Amino acid sequence: MAFNYDKYLRVNKMPTLWCWGCGDGVILKATIRAIEKMGWDMQNVCVVSGIGCSGRFSSYIDCNTVHTTHGRTVAYATGIKLANPHVNVIVVAGDGDGLAIGGNHTIHGCRRNIDLNFILINNFIYGLTNSQTSPTTPRGFWTVSQKNGNIDPTFNACNLAIGAGASFVARETMIEPKKLEKVLVKAFSHKGFSFIEVNSNCHINLGRKNKMASAMENLDWINSITMPLKKWEALEDPIEKENLLPTGVLREVEQEEYCEMYAEIQKAAQGERGKITQADFEKKI
Amino acid sequence: MAREVISTGNELCAKAAIEGGAKFFGGYPLTPSSEVMHVSSDLLPKVGGVAIQMEDEIAGISAALGSSMTGVKSFTATSGPGISLKAEQIGLGFIAEIPLVIVNVMRGGPSTGLPTRVSQADIGQAQYPTHGDYASITLCAGSLSECYTETVRAFNLAEKYMTPVFMLLDETIGHMHGKAILPDLEEIEASIVTREKFEGSPENYKPYDVPMNKPAVLNPMFQGYKYHVTGLHHGVEGFPTEDAEQCEFNIERLVGKINTVAAENDGLDDLPDYEEYMLDDADICIIAYGSIGLGAYEAVQKLRSEGIKAGLFRPIMLWPSPAKRIAEIGAKFENRIMVTELNMGQYSKEIERVIKRNDFATLLKANGRPIAPAEMVAKVKEMM
Repeated sequence: MAFNYDKYLRVNKMPTLWCWGCGDGVILKATIRAIEKMGWDMQNVCVVSGIGCSGRFSSYIDCNTVHTTHGRTVAYATGIKLANPHVNVIVVAGDGDGLAIGGNHTIHGCRRNIDLNFILINNFIYGLTNSQTSPTTPRGFWTVSQKNGNIDPTFNACNLAIGAGASFVARETMIEPKKLEKVLVKAFSHKGFSFIEVNSNCHINLGRKNKMASAMENLDWINSITMPLKKWEALEDPIEKENLLPTGVLREVEQEEYCEMYAEIQKAAQGERGKITQADFEKKI
Repeated sequence: MAREVISTGNELCAKAAIEGGAKFFGGYPLTPSSEVMHVSSDLLPKVGGVAIQMEDEIAGISAALGSSMTGVKSFTATSGPGISLKAEQIGLGFIAEIPLVIVNVMRGGPSTGLPTRVSQADIGQAQYPTHGDYASITLCAGSLSECYTETVRAFNLAEKYMTPVFMLLDETIGHMHGKAILPDLEEIEASIVTREKFEGSPENYKPYDVPMNKPAVLNPMFQGYKYHVTGLHHGVEGFPTEDAEQCEFNIERLVGKINTVAAENDGLDDLPDYEEYMLDDADICIIAYGSIGLGAYEAVQKLRSEGIKAGLFRPIMLWPSPAKRIAEIGAKFENRIMVTELNMGQYSKEIERVIKRNDFATLLKANGRPIAPAEMVAKVKEMM
């Protein structure tokens, strides 16, 4: 039987504002399928998005949704989750939203290891505002703010998340939605901060000026810069490794989750346990 | 039975927030407001609440707004530089109609300014903290007791009008240590206002479908009413719109639900928007607020002891201003008003706007030092 997406969508908001062939729709569908697999009650799901094309994600999915300001998604979501630890919170942000203007909140969300599911849609450009350089735009690409070619080094978003302490970090592309769905299920099942970078296309505002004006060409390029983790690990040439983004689950560890630790603070404050000391933590510094 | 406590303004503000129903604090350290966070982080987990020190000022208010969307009374505390950083999120609070209390313990500015010294130069910032059109509610504590009572009031106004509310202290009053008389806890609990809820069927729920000058009815998240909150202009269901008529209605309603309602009802609640001291038979009126109001009481007493019939008008609700009463005072005291404040005349401009004259004296200071009663006495004598 065909999957019933309508159950999870605000169908009266269709069609979406996204361009024809945009990867955001594929990611939305994979997210919905993963939610169905999780069996979550949409009354207890909150989707928080920021500004950019990905910002519209929240208006199409039928649950409690918040379309926040540019870059602040993780901070709003932190308040929602801390005040309601029993609910499931999904954050959706783009590469500009989550890595540039909101980079600080991304870092600290990872560090706290609060149980949020952060889907970073990386299309390597500011798409909505017509092709400005983002922290993931490859060097040498044309952007409207660097017409002679981008010279800014790029962020490796997953390395950033791992360095900042996220306990689940994965990268997938929208080219293989089934794989993406599986990784999202893993991320949603994980207790702690789950960081999922999803490489996606923007053939309109990245592709047109960079010799990949169709969605297919843009996806071929994404294919050419990504490689499954196992295969990537086996590579010997360090330069080749550096120029490829490994896909799959890059980190999955058990770590103290922030809401659970805050519950311990509440117990301590209410005299139900002693003060929290270093003995409460495996990792002490 | 009233309660007598020895405390500071900042501590009383935090205590009031929690006794007034707050369960969430999100903030970032900033002198001279940090004690509000310290006390909140002591008290909130005791009552099952949460206090979190976020990574920056923006995150502090964002977390508090997120929490408030779920029906949890939330607040943040900072000083001028922090308000500057929070400005964009305050705007989301205005347009999406999210209740929030924003405590600003004022210090000297602009920029880093005078971190440990007193100022009242954020009055204008409180009126228009962010871009766009809206109306702000701003309370200003003029005593230790008011650090408590006005903070409780700020939470109630935020819930009643579905909007961020500014609670202003200044450095002097925030750090002043002394006796305060607080209302009984039962009295506070009985006064608590909680946001209106839609009780009908979820299919019929339209959070922003309210008449002109009425606040939105935002049910707390996760209670069976899924809807959309956005910082964009939105229609009655909360989804983005650019419809000209709707956008105009939105802005007129955001301004009207505060300013028109206050003008029509002579205030936003039943509590006093100002205090008057020996004003009935006075020949001369001093206008002062916040910690400067405390000095002004003493100045009035000193002037009276010298046979000069002075009185004090001290606004508590700065925005919207108690315009009706200010106009009456303007009519009564021609050439006999002295406005004194710790800035270059930010509230004097409001007095001028309301009384439509500028025939009053001002005693202003913007160097981080308070204004001594003796200076006020000298200024009044100059006017005689």
